[in-house]
Amino acid sequence: MATGSKPSSADRAYSPSRSTTEGRVYTVTGGDWDAVIGGDPISDERIVLNMGPQHPSTHGVLRLVLELEGETVTDCRPVIGYLHTGIEKNVEFRTWTQGVTFLTRADYVAPFSNEAVYCLGVEKLLGIEAPERATLIRILLLEMNRVSSHWVWLATGGMEIGALTAMTNGFRARERCLDMFELITGLRMNHAFIRPGGVAQDLPEGAVENLRDWIVEQRKELHGLDTLLRNQPIWVQRLKDVGWIGVEGCIALGVTGPILRAAGLPWDLRKTEPYMGYENFDFEVPTDDRGDCWSRFVVKVAEMWESLKIVEQVLDRLEPGPVMVDDPKIGWPARLSIGPDGMGNSLAHVQKIMNTSMESLIHHFKLVTEGFRVPPGQVYTTVESPKGELGAHVVSDGGTRPFRVHLREPSFVNLQSTAALSIGGLVADVIASVASIDPVMGGVDR
Amino acid sequence: MTVDEPAAHSQPVTESAGGDATFGVEHKGMFGVPGSGDTSGFGGLVREPWTPTEATRPYGGYFDEVVDAFLAAYPQGRQAIVATVIDRGELTLHIAKEHIAKVAKVFRDDPALRFELLSSVSGVDYLGSENRLHAVYHLTSMTFRWRIRLEVATSAEDAHIPSVTAVYPTADWQERECYDMFGIIFDGHPGLTRILMPDDWEGFPQRKDYPLGGIPVQYKGATIPPPDERRAYR
Repeated sequence: MATGSKPSSADRAYSPSRSTTEGRVYTVTGGDWDAVIGGDPISDERIVLNMGPQHPSTHGVLRLVLELEGETVTDCRPVIGYLHTGIEKNVEFRTWTQGVTFLTRADYVAPFSNEAVYCLGVEKLLGIEAPERATLIRILLLEMNRVSSHWVWLATGGMEIGALTAMTNGFRARERCLDMFELITGLRMNHAFIRPGGVAQDLPEGAVENLRDWIVEQRKELHGLDTLLRNQPIWVQRLKDVGWIGVEGCIALGVTGPILRAAGLPWDLRKTEPYMGYENFDFEVPTDDRGDCWSRFVVKVAEMWESLKIVEQVLDRLEPGPVMVDDPKIGWPARLSIGPDGMGNSLAHVQKIMNTSMESLIHHFKLVTEGFRVPPGQVYTTVESPKGELGAHVVSDGGTRPFRVHLREPSFVNLQSTAALSIGGLVADVIASVASIDPVMGGVDR
Repeated sequence: MTVDEPAAHSQPVTESAGGDATFGVEHKGMFGVPGSGDTSGFGGLVREPWTPTEATRPYGGYFDEVVDAFLAAYPQGRQAIVATVIDRGELTLHIAKEHIAKVAKVFRDDPALRFELLSSVSGVDYLGSENRLHAVYHLTSMTFRWRIRLEVATSAEDAHIPSVTAVYPTADWQERECYDMFGIIFDGHPGLTRILMPDDWEGFPQRKDYPLGGIPVQYKGATIPPPDERRAYR
């Protein structure tokens, strides 16, 4: 160690120190790194870097602990849980219908998927099926949601690797999706619109015309952003050959959705295990074979085109009809619809229960406060959310509340592939890889 | 769930379960317990625990094929399966816990089964039964487009279950979540730590006997009881 006397050349590697009442104090002078390292300054540079949880490029509160050798990532450990809100626990203390209100907040970028998969589970337990029109409205919303979710991926992913136009244009397009959600459900996010037995209310007047305009507009936006980015040299270089994972890796790690399809396997639950009548729609499952970030970009953009095709087909098939199952013990008696005064309760229903029918009032009160009972048992239902296989394990003990609801969140499972995508690459490519996984922390942490 | 565990939950086997109107009859007792004459919802709230019913052959669909292929591929299959339940068109095999890792490997590797994907691992706490903690695995065969459920039960005092991470790497985080929420210890897991709750958290929040906090009210010393102690329909 250095002493108080004049340092020799070897001793200059160490900072001079002196004893104080607080212990030994070292004075760092700097400028002597060559002597400290005594060799190649690059190869010995092993750094543990903490990225997040508050970092603009980590998609919310994701924390990554990276081990770097120079610019190369040698280890990567994702740390999650910063957005854990106990959704699954909360649901156990609410009625089956209220459960939707919580689950919609899990993956808040694709809320309709959460609502749909849970409601499919409850309906399977009840042994009922939503009416035709309700199912079509669900498909409509799910596919619109796929478009809006992919817009968020494109916008945030673009922003994270420096393509700010992708961000501004992507969010502009997504904003139009949210406008449509607001028109249909009354809310931009956290809709709780899909309910066990159907949907909360019918499409408002003029929705179909508005949606047709929306499709035209979305195609224009999509075409614009696609042509802007697809041949953009920086965009191409940031994505191609970055963050590779193959089909075997995907299946071992449970990775589904666009990442699996970008690796080459056309696994899309809408085709492989059709639910809600997806087999009756004409659409393709886009795949690519590179398995890198570029492939995921190609697949997701192609999926948006396909989803718009499905939306168009739904609009052609919509026939008037009920949107809630015809069972007064499950469907709420108030046929909700947003009136010109902005209120949701049907005036005729309010007049009936307040003026003429005490029994209807009691029935309404009981159904809303107590809810309905679901026969005991357990089911596992799945939908293809924008991120992959979204599953709901719903358990009932025969009561008015869910006994247990577990969401198999694709964001959560897919995020396990972060290390596989990042290790061996450059630290800058970690950003592109994580963006291409498209994790939504609300879904990851629930 | 094992056979000697009456409080466990499942549905008796009816081949028609899952979509027809047989459940409509049960709606009669919606606002109370059937047969009690109670319409208040409070009078006869004691619900009898659900008794599982073993499925009998033929199971229907691809279920016979799956079980036959499994029994052919795994010599101790009959000891491993403690109960077979079919409910709402879904097959549940209740597996003795010491077998689960080996059983998972058979389901993944056998050419007649090929359950390549472990879709989901979740826990359920059936408080009140002897083996109250259940780990539920949902397997998907991408080759044959089959889905089955494996369920393993263990007691809270000896909450050890062999980990399936060596067979399905995707179980890594899912088992960690299950440990975090239910305190099920997956033996052989490479790093079984908390994942959603803080590292120093005490207790397992998703257990049914996990104490929930009440809300103090600044009015004459009143408090709002925790959600699980409030008067409520159950």
